[in-house]
Amino acid sequence: MWRFVGGRLLQAIPVILAVITVTFFLVRIAPGGPFDSEKAVIPEVKAALEAQYRLDLPLGQQYLAYLSDLARGELGPSFKYPGRSVNELIAAGLPATAELGAYALLVAVLLGGLAGVFASLKPNSAQDYIPMSVAMIGICMPTFLLGPLLVLVFGIHLEWLPVSGWGDMPGDKILPSLTLGAAYAAYIARLSRAGMLEVMSQDYIRTARAKGLPEWQVVTRHALRGGLIPVVAFLGPAFAGLLAGSFVVETIFQIPGLGRFYVQAAFNRDYTMILGTTVFLSTLIVLFNLLSDILAAWLNPRLRAQYGEA
Amino acid sequence: MALLSVRDLQVDFTTRNGRVTAVNKISFDVESGKITAIIGESGSGKSVACYSLLGLLPSPPASVECGTALFEGRDLLAMSEAQLREIRGRDIAMIFQDPMTCLNPYMTVGDQLVEPLVYHGKVSKAVARERALELLGEVGMREPAATIDQYPHQFSGGMRQRVMIAMALINEPKLLIADEPTTALDVTIQAQILKLVAELQHKRNIGVIFISHDLSVVADIADEIVVMEKGQLVERGDRAAIFERAQHPYTRKLLDAIPAGSKAVSSEARDDLITVSHLCTWFGQGRGREPLRAVDDVSFTIQRGEVLGLVGESGSGKSTIGRSLLRLVPITSGEVLFDGTDVTALEGVALKQMRRRMQMIFQDPYASLNPRMSVYDALAEPLLLHGIESRKTVEQGVLKLMDDVGLARAFVRKYPHEFSGGQRQRIAIGRALATRPEFVVADEPVSALDVTIQAQILDLMLELGREYGLTMLFVSHDLAVVRHIADRILVLYKGKVVEQGTGEALFERPQQEYTRQLLQSIPGRLLLA
Amino acid sequence: MSTVADSEAVLAEQGTSLWQDAWRRLRKNRLALFGLCVLVFFVLIAILTPWLAPYAHDAQDLDLGAAPPSAAHWLGTDIFGRDLLTQIMYGGRISLAVGFVATAVALVIGVTWGAVAGYVGGRVDAVMMRLVDILYALPFMIFIVLLMVVFGRNLLLLFLAIGAVEWLTMARIMRGQVQSLRQQEFVEAAISLGLSPATIVRRHLVPNALGPIIVYTTLTIPSVMLLEAFLSFLGLGVQPPATSWGLLISYGAETMEEYPWLLIFPGAALTLTLFALNFFGDGLRDALDVRGSGD
Repeated sequence: MWRFVGGRLLQAIPVILAVITVTFFLVRIAPGGPFDSEKAVIPEVKAALEAQYRLDLPLGQQYLAYLSDLARGELGPSFKYPGRSVNELIAAGLPATAELGAYALLVAVLLGGLAGVFASLKPNSAQDYIPMSVAMIGICMPTFLLGPLLVLVFGIHLEWLPVSGWGDMPGDKILPSLTLGAAYAAYIARLSRAGMLEVMSQDYIRTARAKGLPEWQVVTRHALRGGLIPVVAFLGPAFAGLLAGSFVVETIFQIPGLGRFYVQAAFNRDYTMILGTTVFLSTLIVLFNLLSDILAAWLNPRLRAQYGEA
Repeated sequence: MALLSVRDLQVDFTTRNGRVTAVNKISFDVESGKITAIIGESGSGKSVACYSLLGLLPSPPASVECGTALFEGRDLLAMSEAQLREIRGRDIAMIFQDPMTCLNPYMTVGDQLVEPLVYHGKVSKAVARERALELLGEVGMREPAATIDQYPHQFSGGMRQRVMIAMALINEPKLLIADEPTTALDVTIQAQILKLVAELQHKRNIGVIFISHDLSVVADIADEIVVMEKGQLVERGDRAAIFERAQHPYTRKLLDAIPAGSKAVSSEARDDLITVSHLCTWFGQGRGREPLRAVDDVSFTIQRGEVLGLVGESGSGKSTIGRSLLRLVPITSGEVLFDGTDVTALEGVALKQMRRRMQMIFQDPYASLNPRMSVYDALAEPLLLHGIESRKTVEQGVLKLMDDVGLARAFVRKYPHEFSGGQRQRIAIGRALATRPEFVVADEPVSALDVTIQAQILDLMLELGREYGLTMLFVSHDLAVVRHIADRILVLYKGKVVEQGTGEALFERPQQEYTRQLLQSIPGRLLLA
Repeated sequence: MSTVADSEAVLAEQGTSLWQDAWRRLRKNRLALFGLCVLVFFVLIAILTPWLAPYAHDAQDLDLGAAPPSAAHWLGTDIFGRDLLTQIMYGGRISLAVGFVATAVALVIGVTWGAVAGYVGGRVDAVMMRLVDILYALPFMIFIVLLMVVFGRNLLLLFLAIGAVEWLTMARIMRGQVQSLRQQEFVEAAISLGLSPATIVRRHLVPNALGPIIVYTTLTIPSVMLLEAFLSFLGLGVQPPATSWGLLISYGAETMEEYPWLLIFPGAALTLTLFALNFFGDGLRDALDVRGSGD
């Protein structure tokens, strides 16, 4: 098992390095320098600024300097917010985004998992069709449409819940978490239904029934584990999707999180901020992928043994 | 009074094309301390009948239409699901065909073993574990204490079936239903499991229903035999009555289908068509691991017009030899001379021409035909490729082949999924013969087929072999089948040739211990000899 | 001449190929059929938009401003007095085009890549699939956002970028298909008949691998369209004056309190199309009996 974890970690390193490299050079070759937009910049000031951000160095040296900064955990100063570092900006946005992501993931796993398992117990009945139709709506209804619609109905029309903010008013976390989690709840519902149906058709389920176990024990003891492995493996990609989705949700609900900072940085062409956030988020995603992979492998005794003994 | 008494059991299935009666008013009894065998081919309803007793059939589509099944005086078919659950795993236990898929891969063997006891017996896990360890020892598991916490994938097929048996017996049931428990196993393992079942049944004095497609398997152990065909019970009687005085034509057909006797050996001297010397086929297993020596330094010859039987258990390398001769797997070293030409060195056009002369018939008639090609396409392809027929004459060629292998001409536009297993194997044989080959490798060509179909296909192959003047390498795990069809037999074990000789010589005077073991494992050999 | 008559009699009994079988199953699936109809309808409208649209693409009526649906403007107008139906029709052209073209890009790259890796096998396969694994681990969504930021909102780039993400799964599926088919006995039979590798691929591998590929392609289109809409919503996709459903939804969301129809109608168009594609894809999956969820 440790070999497997180690191997996957070793694989993750080049991936992260590749992300850093590609992002760095992409940002640098972007047409138009960061200070071009401000027309009336005095040449001396511009030179001073460029020196401050090391833009006067050759590209290779800039890259190496950036890597060595990264190694020390420094993401550099922001272009657009003078005097503030990217680290500070990320630290400011991360808590809200992390909380939002965690709630959304919870919504996705609990709601989706329950609905999927529930539907799989009686395939092709109302118990199957109803949750699966809702799931289909969840998949077809993009976050950026669902969010405004929920706001329209529950915020503006019914006035049950606040329409924006994060932690300012009671209940203002409900709509964003639901909006962000809905699509993934739908995916997980479909995945877990398919996984459970597959497992429930296996011979060993028949063995469990022949033992005289009641159906709920057959499901919980024998089927659930195998049936939910695909869901665990999906958590990695889901996490990446949730992060991207947080761009939209934070914009819609005006949540001061990382996603909104990122989109703003993109519009402001705040290159160090884009670079820093991309590197940070990518690393998170790669690590989370790794985690869900390891978890899925660990749940499967055959894989566990394969990596354990070799 | 009988332990289990089934009367007029009828089970229907609701399908897209209407209702189908899978089991039609059958009646039989099972006595304590006796083994009742239910014999039938696929689709006979033998498993459906037994599963319906315990409510293990998915419903819908299945429904028990009528009948009673008195088990110790209570009607199983009239019980609620909760009542049945009390009986399942406690009074009536089951073992299934494929031990590879019947154990939960996510749970340790021990956890699965104790489950019925903890659930029905209401004993603590620790007590149940003690009992499980005891039973594992009894079913012949070496070092139960070391293996009880392992996962199923760490066991061989035979060992898993022993675990299944232990699991079935842990509550000391009164009736054991065994659904083809040895079909997925090698012959030597099959013999061990059969012996184990018989011993345990005798010791505990329990009733056993033993479901099988193969009469010879139950020949040694069954007390009573029930023969089923297409949902009907055609004959019922004790072992002697069935084997010696079978009344119903279907039972006799089943008995006749058991391959028996050696092929008469012709003494005429013939030249060698194929000479294999020091053939090695190894498969790499990745970095740093020893290669798998599937075929390890094997030498033999096949004479023109001869049928050479290749016998061995799974992992013996028998299929790999066949594929090596046809260049379907890369050879590690060695030489294969075909009519004086070294096949291993051929490339390009020469290889293509050689391929025309050597063909293969595969085991699985479901996998060996391209599902998207009709019979016409499948048979026309080789005819056109090798220029045996022109575009104008190819249809006649295809129809001629269909006549040869006994397929109705009207089926020429049909697709593989529209045929039965036996018919598919006929198509596959036709495809192999299309190139007018001199040599054919038949890799377990009948082992996926029902026994009566098996006999038909074997006869067809013998007949076509004579007609086309074929030389054949017949690969099989089934000694009786090989003895029936082959002139000479090669016994393989772990990639090496253990023994070779004519069928008669091998059966009468086996020289090697392994061959003797194989021969003793042939089911029903005493009764059928 | 008896043989000719004979062979004609033979032709009378037609078999049903697996394709015909699948089509029969699909026809029975009402949802899938409904999806197909909706899809065909939308595609036809998208193609014929320049002739069908009630107003010119850039026609404004600033005096009118945002008006609710009426006889003149069936779906109402936006704040510049532009006809919403016209906007949705033109937006649909772009959304559908992105969906189809980017999927086509993914299809071509992915199938080729997967087929080569699966058929050649060995070291080539290991290297090719390792590359796919590494690319898989990259957070593409963020990369696409980055690309759009850096290179401006370029439609062609959008096609390529989305196509470049989606081909990975396609390659995996194709490789899995080819690998499992290669081990099938009918492929061995084809080899022993002496068929050339090209013929084996064409006649025996491709027709059998097609099912899952078709299904996955159908299911890729909606996810591509979602991605485009997502980017456009953020202002990183299609640029005005061109429009797409994502962009329309984005405008609609800004003014939804006063003019909810500006959000609801483009949203309905997008959702309906995605529904149609997903239902059709699911139906195909069942009809072609393709196992697994695809992604």
